[in-house]
Amino acid sequence: MEVFVVTLLNGLVYGMLLFMLASGLTLIFSMMGVLNFAHASFYMLGAYFAYSVSTHIGFWPALVVAPVLCGLIGAAIEMYGLRRAHRNGHVAELLLTFGIALIIGTAVEMGWGMMPAPYRVPSLLDFPLFAIYGTQFPAYRAFMLLISGAMFGAIWAGLKYTRLGLIIQAALSHPDMASALGHNVPRVFTFVFAAGTALAGLAGVIGGNYQVTEPDMAVAMGPVVFVVVVVGGLGSLTGCFIASLLVGMVQTFSVVLDYSLADLLRLGGVQVTDTMPFNELLTMSLPRIGPLLPYALMLLFIAFKPRGLMGTRDT
Amino acid sequence: MKVVVHLLRRHWLWPAAIVAALLLPFAFFDWAHGHHSGFVLVLLSQIGLMTIFALSYNMLMGQSGLLSFGHASLFGLGSYCAAHAMNAVKAGTFWLPTELIPLVGGLGGLGFGILLGYLATKQRATAFAMITMGMGELIAACALMFKGFFGGEDGITTDRVLGTSILGVSYSAPWQVYCLVVAWTAIATLLMRLQTQTPLGRMANATRDNFERAQFVGYDPRMVRFRQFAASGFFAGIAGGLYALVYQIVTFDTMSADTSAAALLAAYIGGSGSFYGPILGTILVVLLQSGVSLLSNAWMLYVGALFVIMVMFAPGGLAGLISRHEPIRRIGRLRALLIPYLRLLFPGFITVAGTVILVELTSFATIGSAEGQHLQIGARSIDPANGMPWLTGAVVLVVGGVWLRREARNFGVRWNMLIEDAKTKWTRP
Repeated sequence: MEVFVVTLLNGLVYGMLLFMLASGLTLIFSMMGVLNFAHASFYMLGAYFAYSVSTHIGFWPALVVAPVLCGLIGAAIEMYGLRRAHRNGHVAELLLTFGIALIIGTAVEMGWGMMPAPYRVPSLLDFPLFAIYGTQFPAYRAFMLLISGAMFGAIWAGLKYTRLGLIIQAALSHPDMASALGHNVPRVFTFVFAAGTALAGLAGVIGGNYQVTEPDMAVAMGPVVFVVVVVGGLGSLTGCFIASLLVGMVQTFSVVLDYSLADLLRLGGVQVTDTMPFNELLTMSLPRIGPLLPYALMLLFIAFKPRGLMGTRDT
Repeated sequence: MKVVVHLLRRHWLWPAAIVAALLLPFAFFDWAHGHHSGFVLVLLSQIGLMTIFALSYNMLMGQSGLLSFGHASLFGLGSYCAAHAMNAVKAGTFWLPTELIPLVGGLGGLGFGILLGYLATKQRATAFAMITMGMGELIAACALMFKGFFGGEDGITTDRVLGTSILGVSYSAPWQVYCLVVAWTAIATLLMRLQTQTPLGRMANATRDNFERAQFVGYDPRMVRFRQFAASGFFAGIAGGLYALVYQIVTFDTMSADTSAAALLAAYIGGSGSFYGPILGTILVVLLQSGVSLLSNAWMLYVGALFVIMVMFAPGGLAGLISRHEPIRRIGRLRALLIPYLRLLFPGFITVAGTVILVELTSFATIGSAEGQHLQIGARSIDPANGMPWLTGAVVLVVGGVWLRREARNFGVRWNMLIEDAKTKWTRP
């Protein structure tokens, strides 16, 4: 039971972290039709910026500075790169972000080295918040939940109740009409792209010291975020939220449940032996197979529900 | 006889390319010791098999408008199939000529192409890109987990000296393998070229350009995508089979995202719009990969930058750039571009030099110093901790950039003039 509760909380933390990344990706995608391949790279940049700022000034300024830096880089890419590539269609835009992901990956290796950066949890938050059945829950994870929850609320309220949010929604569905009414639609696009990358940067600031800040973190995180977006359904923020939590839970629960398909078959009275076909697959325990589960989940969705949980569009 | 002469006259480039490919290693022949340069032969073999891989990738990207980020899984799975087949032939389980080993890889690629394609082609465009990326990750992760088929981290080692050649060749020397690679590259390229003329190849273009209209004509775009995906898997598998023959070891690296990226970069930089573009791109990317990566830690940065520049300024790739000269060539004014190009060359060189200086300084300040390397230009050692080299690099970059911008503007004026000229002067014969 205690394992269950603690894992549930950890899954929630990881799921919300995924959501911070996936929400920015979904917002950019549903607005501009651009799949930002460099999204996880901005997550990595956010973590590295936060590491550099926190060693010189402190963690709290980094919480603001790093996302702003990421947002500025994102805005520059949108204004000087994507607008130009847009003339050649969405594929060119996607490829541009792919090239930028390559460049950011190498630039980070060159700027901070190949080794993981010692980016630590701030000492102010480095204490166990409470204990459930003897298992301690770190305060920093609660802080992560707080940040990501606040961010989710801010996006939702911002899109729904502010003037800017309404203009964004208008530019999303009827760009020509919004432009005819005197709104600067390209600037709205720049703002959305910058906001999305800044969100990824913020996720990097709070996720970099929860996981490991290393040059491989973008490559490790990127495909999982894509899985979330596909499972949630392209262009749906709510679907994206549910899928983030689902993938987060699947990932964390698979680590603690030490069972394999062979154990399941044993319940049914079948004993798996070395000579059986696929015995390697059957005896593989869940924690070892864990990293594969998000992709397997994605394949299941593609096979039976290609549009994802709440998707309304095909591409 | 008449037919042969006609074919040769129209397609003289094919035999010429094969002869050139076979003669090229002799330019690096070590006459003193009477043997080929092993490095050059492996490099050329790599170019050959990557050509097949990039062309098979372009069957999806250029021909069908499908952006795959997991194409390496088909290449790698074909490679594993070929390696297992070689080991089985060696052990005497069944008999198969060495020459046909790549075909086993091809059939492996076709099989997995059907399996993966069935799921992936349910979607198109952006969703297809994400799904193939997820599949690629899944299969690459599986390779580390299931030791029976993939051999874990060590991969599968094999021996290409099977003694089952129908031509009586032992394939112990790299030169013999290189000839086999050239032969298979020519066959696969020819087949892929012919495939573009088949109804399937044509319909792939149609679904790329307007899939709704293709639907109205009576074709199921999904089936077109599916068949195209499977066919492209077949050729990727052939490339993988050649990989197993050339390197005699297959590891999970063959299925990594980096391998997929190499195909994408080669096909796009070369020009995905034309059939032969990816061949140009492959030559460039493999040379950069094996040439620059020996000299610099930051070779991926250069390739990435080249790719971004191509996406932004030359979406047709190298082949597109070449074909843009066609109208000027037709009116015979190509020579008028010589001086403007020469004027671009020098500032372009300075800009590149400035960028390289700054990038290398950064790279040596972090990665290089961690590995204990020193930056040297000629005999002089350069210390990245010093301010002077940085300043030099920045000044060179700025001067070159400003100059290049000016020259580029002049070039643009000249170019537009010539194109206008071509439009008015040239009449359809």
